[in-house]
Amino acid sequence: MAIEIEQPCVELSNVAVSETHGEDSPYFAGWKAYDENPYDELTNPSGVIQMGLAENQVSFDMVEKYLEQHPEASTWGKGAPGWFRENALFQDYHGLKSFRTAMASFMQQIRGGRAKFDPDRVVLTAGATAANELLTFILANPGDALLVPTPYYPGFDRDLCWRTGVKIIPIHCDSSNNFQITPKALEAAYQQAVSTYTKVRAVLITNPSNPLGATIQRSVLEDILEFVTRKNIHLVSDEIYSGSAFSADEFVSVAEILEARDYKDAERVHIVYSLSKDLGLPGFRVGTIYSYNDRVVTTARRMSSFTLISSQTQHLLATMLSDEEFTENYIKTNRERLRKRYEMIIDGLTSSGIECLKGNAGLFCWMNLSPLLEKPTREGELELWNPILHEVRLNISPGSSCHCSEPGWFRVCFANMSEQTLEVALDRIRNFMHERASVNRSLFSNR
Amino acid sequence: MTQTRSTATETDDQKNRSPSSGATGMKLIVPLQGVVQGRGGLLLGSLIPCALFYFLQLYLKRNRSKNSSNPPSPSASSSNLPELPRSSSRTNLSSRGSIGRVPVSSLANMIAKPDSSPYYIGLERVFLDPYDPVNNPDGIIQLGLSANKLCLDLIEKWLSANVKESLIGTDDVSLSINGIAAYQPFDGTEEMKMAMSNFMSLVLGGSVKFDPSNIILTSGGTPAIEILSFCLADQGNAFLVPSPYYPGFDRDFRWRTGVDLIPVYCRSTDNFSLSITALEQAYSQARKRGVKVRGILFSNPSNPVGNLLSQDMLHSLVEFAQEKNIHIISDEIYAGSMYGSEKFVSIAEVLDLEYIDKSRVHIIYGLSKDFALPGFRVGALYSFNESVLAAAKKLTRFCSIPAPTQRLVASMLSDQRFVQEYISTNQKRIREVHKEFEAGLNKLGIKCAKSSAGVYCWADMSELIRPYSEKGELDLWEKFLSVAKISITPGSACHCIEPGWFRICFTTLDLEDIPLVIERFGRVVETCKSSG
Repeated sequence: MAIEIEQPCVELSNVAVSETHGEDSPYFAGWKAYDENPYDELTNPSGVIQMGLAENQVSFDMVEKYLEQHPEASTWGKGAPGWFRENALFQDYHGLKSFRTAMASFMQQIRGGRAKFDPDRVVLTAGATAANELLTFILANPGDALLVPTPYYPGFDRDLCWRTGVKIIPIHCDSSNNFQITPKALEAAYQQAVSTYTKVRAVLITNPSNPLGATIQRSVLEDILEFVTRKNIHLVSDEIYSGSAFSADEFVSVAEILEARDYKDAERVHIVYSLSKDLGLPGFRVGTIYSYNDRVVTTARRMSSFTLISSQTQHLLATMLSDEEFTENYIKTNRERLRKRYEMIIDGLTSSGIECLKGNAGLFCWMNLSPLLEKPTREGELELWNPILHEVRLNISPGSSCHCSEPGWFRVCFANMSEQTLEVALDRIRNFMHERASVNRSLFSNR
Repeated sequence: MTQTRSTATETDDQKNRSPSSGATGMKLIVPLQGVVQGRGGLLLGSLIPCALFYFLQLYLKRNRSKNSSNPPSPSASSSNLPELPRSSSRTNLSSRGSIGRVPVSSLANMIAKPDSSPYYIGLERVFLDPYDPVNNPDGIIQLGLSANKLCLDLIEKWLSANVKESLIGTDDVSLSINGIAAYQPFDGTEEMKMAMSNFMSLVLGGSVKFDPSNIILTSGGTPAIEILSFCLADQGNAFLVPSPYYPGFDRDFRWRTGVDLIPVYCRSTDNFSLSITALEQAYSQARKRGVKVRGILFSNPSNPVGNLLSQDMLHSLVEFAQEKNIHIISDEIYAGSMYGSEKFVSIAEVLDLEYIDKSRVHIIYGLSKDFALPGFRVGALYSFNESVLAAAKKLTRFCSIPAPTQRLVASMLSDQRFVQEYISTNQKRIREVHKEFEAGLNKLGIKCAKSSAGVYCWADMSELIRPYSEKGELDLWEKFLSVAKISITPGSACHCIEPGWFRICFTTLDLEDIPLVIERFGRVVETCKSSG
């Protein structure tokens, strides 16, 4: 699937022409299909419904209302004299103190106060994408590896590997235990690196998991911590969906475990967070690295020069996130609405005869279509995916693009659309399954 | 960046945790018995040392993980922990485990070292002791950061009048906040690209129409420069850069890319102008050393000198690049900060000849200097090369401008009346302050290079330094910091080959501030002259 680019006479670098950006995978092909024929309730009711983009639109009204009622967030009228001057000129990579404090407090609230966050350990980046890449530059040399449990977010191939020259070695998980990470799988991945003389620098987990839509259990987190300590490597915990767990008690952050042990060995742990999912503001490009390691904090801060957030946006959000009444209500309501959506989609899928992994977080569910596969292979999965995309016109993400070792699983997003649109999608799935069943019946009866 | 493992760090760590020889000794005695007693012969004789080595490694490894639960630093021993209140600020974490026993990358180790460049040290010193006319009149005056405060009042006024609509929007749904919350194209919204290309068409000489489809927007000029380095050169390659040059290029172009910068020295005898001869020389020398030169990088208007490249010189540069089949990056970020009588000519103006391959030319721009909004992080990469644009576009996922900022800035830049007023007022004020400031320096006997743009003077203090060397220059720099309490940038930080030159930014000053600043300069100048 090589892209034919007419090379100009003057050469470009290997980075520029490489395909490590990974934008040729089905994950992105589905998006293209959507872009070319997007569903619209009124103007294009037969278009492709986007279920491949994990965006949170269920709680946006609360943010909008806040900003309308608090114009001081977006204006400078009520600021102290000289305030604007400082803001316009402020390009310090430490970031606005007020914003870092607000972020730390927000992260604390999401974890029910079970972990404290120090604003001086918050490093700001333009999105979690940049945070993950930055950490990779800091923790690993080119040619080294990060261990990442499968299935994982397709963007990691690009974010962690492209410019850094670092490799991902998968930690294979499967449905036999609900895709949980086991010590055996961790060790197997590590040994795979050893056998290719590759140095492992870190384990990178997403908790709650994308694409599974489930939180990682405390005992598993403890196993992982024990493993990274034993191997003397880092742990990066991407907690971008921490505020999207359906109930406050279900999510355990690695920060809580560290706090409970008085931060023993904490300097190998780094947390990534962002406002793109929980707050539904991906356009704002706000990410953070929270590290318990001073050297990593210092280095990340300096390197964040390449990915600073505009002071204007920092100010806008600082006001909002420092308003504890607002944030408490937002977090609670957002969880509730996501849970309702999840239940809605699960009910719909169940009534169509489709099973999903039991989920408790995130903006998507992990759907099992393996019974429908002609062949239990990656090709079989893509053969099933194609008609779903082009005939049923639903953009869902095939598990192979998430490096899932078991074919037949698909990630289906449910929070980036209205309830009506979700109903339409569920109807289409129902019809699809119905047709499949009747085709199978007629095949059977013809034998 | 070479593919070195950070074995240095690990070895140090191992040394810190080497077990007592006694304990090791015990393990060694038993297997040695056999060898000592002469049994086993050659096989055992070679096998046993290997086995011993293996066991030693195993022992060390086990010991290392045991020890990692006990932080080596005494101030951080576990017994202290229960006394610390839970809710206290986590700065106490910095006393614990901050040595970083778990290794980080070679790049991180390099970056974590305290900055040795005076450019950054100066910034740090001002940060710790900043001048304030009321609260800290003896603090350090910042003349080492090229920021322009002269026209902030104009921007402030515009924002007060317009920001609510431009940000939150009207009843029009497309302008509402909903429109800016969602994922935007990483390389910038259509609206912002349009506004930026129009602004560039106005400010970069006014003779070229910049096309919005050739623009990539980034969070500041810094990532734009880095993106070009990633796209145009491989690790180990190099770009030629006329010196003295902006200290930030070392970080932006080299840090994470592994690409090198080879200075092409310019001299005061011809007002630090670039010559093609010097470029040719640098190019051949690089080739002799086996270094592949992928392009030329320069600022025009120049930073730190403030001079302009003439149309002829731009032609010659393009022809040079054509002949060698390499790239050109022209950082034109100061194009709107003109105060002299010369006219700015963008490299884009000289590309219309048929035999010129435009795809080798790339321009960097941004709003941090001309539009005084460095905090907003608005940068642009402009290229005629489709492949570069395609690659750069994908790389902007790591450095996009937030949508609310794009909305706000696009709105501001589209207000043509405001933009015109801003540009002409800015140029007028820069001219005034520059004139006064340079006159003040001249009165002290300090001459400056001839310049027509930028927000700084390039001052010749070579007669004040003892000895006439980089050391003498840095001594003077330190004197300015500690005695005169002024932060300026020494030429060595800019890779200037002649010692004694300093970059002094003047746009953070009002006209009224100038006498105070000149008086401070005077303190040091007098002491230098009297001891000389």
